[in-house]
Amino acid sequence: MSERQPLLEVRDLDVAFRVNKQDVPAVRGANLTVHPGQTVAIVGESGSGKSTMAHAIIGLLPGTGHVTGGEILFEGKDIATARKKDIVALRGASIGLVPQDPMSNLNPMWRVGSQIKESLKANGIASGKVADRRVVELLEEAGLPEAQRRARQFPHEFSGGMRQRALIAMGLAARPKLLIADEPTSALDVTVQKQILDHLDTLTDELGVAVLLITHDLGLAAERADHLVVMYKGRIVESGPALEILQDPHHPYTQRLVASAPSLASQRLSSLEHRAEVREQAQRSAVQVAAVGDEAGAPPDDVITVQNLSKVFRLPGSSPFRKTDFLAVDDVSFSLRRGTTTAIVGESGSGKSTVARMVLGLLEPTSGTVTFDGVDVSDIGSRADKLALRRRMQPVFQNPYASLDPMYSVYRSIEEPLRTHDIGSSKEREARVRDLLEKVSLPASVMRRFPNELSGGQRQRVAIARALALEPEVVICDEAVSALDVLVQAQILTLLNDLQAELGLSYLFITHDLAVVRQIADDVLVMQNGKVVEAAPVETVFESPREDYTRALLDAIPGGSIPLGVVEAGDDLPRRGLDD
Amino acid sequence: MRDLMPGQQRWVAALAETPLKAVDVLDTEAPPESQWKEAWKRLRRNPLFWMSSVLLALLAVVLAVPGLFTDADPTFCQLSDSLANGRAGHPFGFDKQGCDVWSRTLYGARASVLVGVLTTLLVATIGIVTGAIAGFYGTFPDSIVSRLGDIFFAIPLLLAAIVTLSIFNNLNPDRGFWGGCLAIVFTLALFAWPQITRQMRASVLQVKNLEFVDAAKAIGASPRVNLLRHVVPNSLAPVIVTSMISLGVFITTEATLSFLGLGLPSSVVSWGNDISAAQNLVRSGQDLSVMFVPASALAITVLAFILLGDAVRDALDPKAGKS
Repeated sequence: MSERQPLLEVRDLDVAFRVNKQDVPAVRGANLTVHPGQTVAIVGESGSGKSTMAHAIIGLLPGTGHVTGGEILFEGKDIATARKKDIVALRGASIGLVPQDPMSNLNPMWRVGSQIKESLKANGIASGKVADRRVVELLEEAGLPEAQRRARQFPHEFSGGMRQRALIAMGLAARPKLLIADEPTSALDVTVQKQILDHLDTLTDELGVAVLLITHDLGLAAERADHLVVMYKGRIVESGPALEILQDPHHPYTQRLVASAPSLASQRLSSLEHRAEVREQAQRSAVQVAAVGDEAGAPPDDVITVQNLSKVFRLPGSSPFRKTDFLAVDDVSFSLRRGTTTAIVGESGSGKSTVARMVLGLLEPTSGTVTFDGVDVSDIGSRADKLALRRRMQPVFQNPYASLDPMYSVYRSIEEPLRTHDIGSSKEREARVRDLLEKVSLPASVMRRFPNELSGGQRQRVAIARALALEPEVVICDEAVSALDVLVQAQILTLLNDLQAELGLSYLFITHDLAVVRQIADDVLVMQNGKVVEAAPVETVFESPREDYTRALLDAIPGGSIPLGVVEAGDDLPRRGLDD
Repeated sequence: MRDLMPGQQRWVAALAETPLKAVDVLDTEAPPESQWKEAWKRLRRNPLFWMSSVLLALLAVVLAVPGLFTDADPTFCQLSDSLANGRAGHPFGFDKQGCDVWSRTLYGARASVLVGVLTTLLVATIGIVTGAIAGFYGTFPDSIVSRLGDIFFAIPLLLAAIVTLSIFNNLNPDRGFWGGCLAIVFTLALFAWPQITRQMRASVLQVKNLEFVDAAKAIGASPRVNLLRHVVPNSLAPVIVTSMISLGVFITTEATLSFLGLGLPSSVVSWGNDISAAQNLVRSGQDLSVMFVPASALAITVLAFILLGDAVRDALDPKAGKS
């Protein structure tokens, strides 16, 4: 039975951090088994203890972290209690690590090749000329073209994906038996993520390396791993064969995760008929408002129309006083129908956020027009009219940690738009703030708190309340849910959806995540390198995409191809695990 | 599907052991706490803060009522007491002119601390205003402020002060207490502002690109309102820390200038003047305590301000510095 000897076995592991002379547990009673050549994934939200567990295995717990109980058996030997020297010998040679952030994990002062050579030397594998040759081989193996030249470059000359490949080459340099990959692709665009994970899969298969994959993305884990471990608040709640867990989750937390994962669920949050009602309602109230005013004719069906919008940034060029033009947005046109959501999807550098900023009037377009409710925004001259336009269009930004002034209490943050526009007495404003907090499902007691006391999701709710304070018709969400954990993200998406139905809002939704788009959008605009690649209703984009790029984006959604809703079939499957 | 390996059977934790909590609940128990309150909490835990606070509190009492600690008049000097040793009521003896050393040190604190505090306030005001304007508006105002700052930054503070003050001295040798102090304050401020300006500008550049500033713009807040309500308050922390530390530096610089005979007029009781007067005694080895007492007072005061600055920095930015 020697082949059935597990490579790594974690038994009843407890890890704690010392805070103010007390042990605060981070991982409790965790069990985990990895066999040679297998891919095992640990899935959990931020703070679930998944990274702590990985760091405990490789003996790199940060700060005051330490193992307080249980054992970590690597090839039968306990490394939790091993001497420091033995663990150092194990690191690199037997257990490799691919760290999370490719931007900060390479030394910017060293050539990439030298950094990989360092790991060869440290593990006593090769040195000198032999090592140089080996470095090039390793980089080639990790899928970097022109490895010879690349090895002599510095990290800043590499893109995020290339850096991650270099880190993979480093992790595999000493041919370890186990590779720990801690969120190896969470900082990368989806298409790059797919390429890198595909490559890592084939590489570790060829080399027979076992992989312990740490990720927050259930879809990705299920797609890549044989065995899945789900962690929640420092404990493992469920483990077993990946597909089985996904298709038939037992623990309520796993059920919740499966239900919320956008890559897996991916259906419009509300039905089509309901959507049509919302739209009609929004149009009706717009007509009423127009009738009260003296404007002639009914307002247009499209609340925002963008025509031939372009933006050129002038960047420092090759010599002093020379500037080069960078075309960030290239001839973009679209419209946002009243009461609906138009999503702009694209990877980093696609120009999607620049479009949002131009629509918001935070950035001057180089050419093209933005029309709001039939009026060209650039024609509005007086400050009073500009303020009036501001009231009708509000943003919600990406970073929940930067979108609220840390010096302002929640009350002041939400009240600020009202005060800026001189709305109501202070009593009325307070009543309005209470009302807004209720709309975003936060207790009124949160008013006196400050952003530093709130979680990311709660801050985003406050930001939404602030955006709604002026009763806008259009809300522009720039990656508004991208920084949130899946469950919180699902909550905020539901909230946005409910608010749209209740208030007849129109959303311009900027995101990099196509999976989220299916949950919230009616129309989709796919952008690449500043241009619109494809524009169509959401069903068309998902069911019959016309462009290759859109297809590539769809393919890259992790776990998108895993069939779900086979719960009954899953129940009929023989439980092989039980009679093994 | 491949066969299950040992140790990898399907396993589900008992719900009792892993209770499910509501997603993203708000902790309504703890009292609300602003960033400043949190910083204050961290500050209170720092022994450095308490050490410097006790020293500075003591200093404040000395400044307000120096008479509490001595009955001797610092300007009452008798040559018959010249270099006399300490006796009852005069613990540290007398200097060459026959003035009480301890009394002069206590009364001398006023001039030194006044110069330090006023210079810091003036430099911080100039630096915050110019730095905020340069960082926030950019382009032309930035070019003016930054280039001007570069020019002043290139001139060594002490050298510039020596030149400027010798011109002052030629014009009006005896300016009295206030005239003497203010001349130093303005001279130091003239050459020291670029440090704070640079720091404020860098800080503003960072803050003005944060999303809450964009959110305020989208609300319709004017640039001026945005600058004053959002950008400046969030940019102040590093400037406060640097100002506290430079307060100590200004006190030392004043003492250096007075030591060189260019600072406060000799009629003003100050640490720098006393140290300067005592230097011959030390050189000839006649009496060390005449210099030792004011010099120690100077060192302790400067140390107290620098320690406080360090403690405040640790409290405002807990991630920097110590692990």
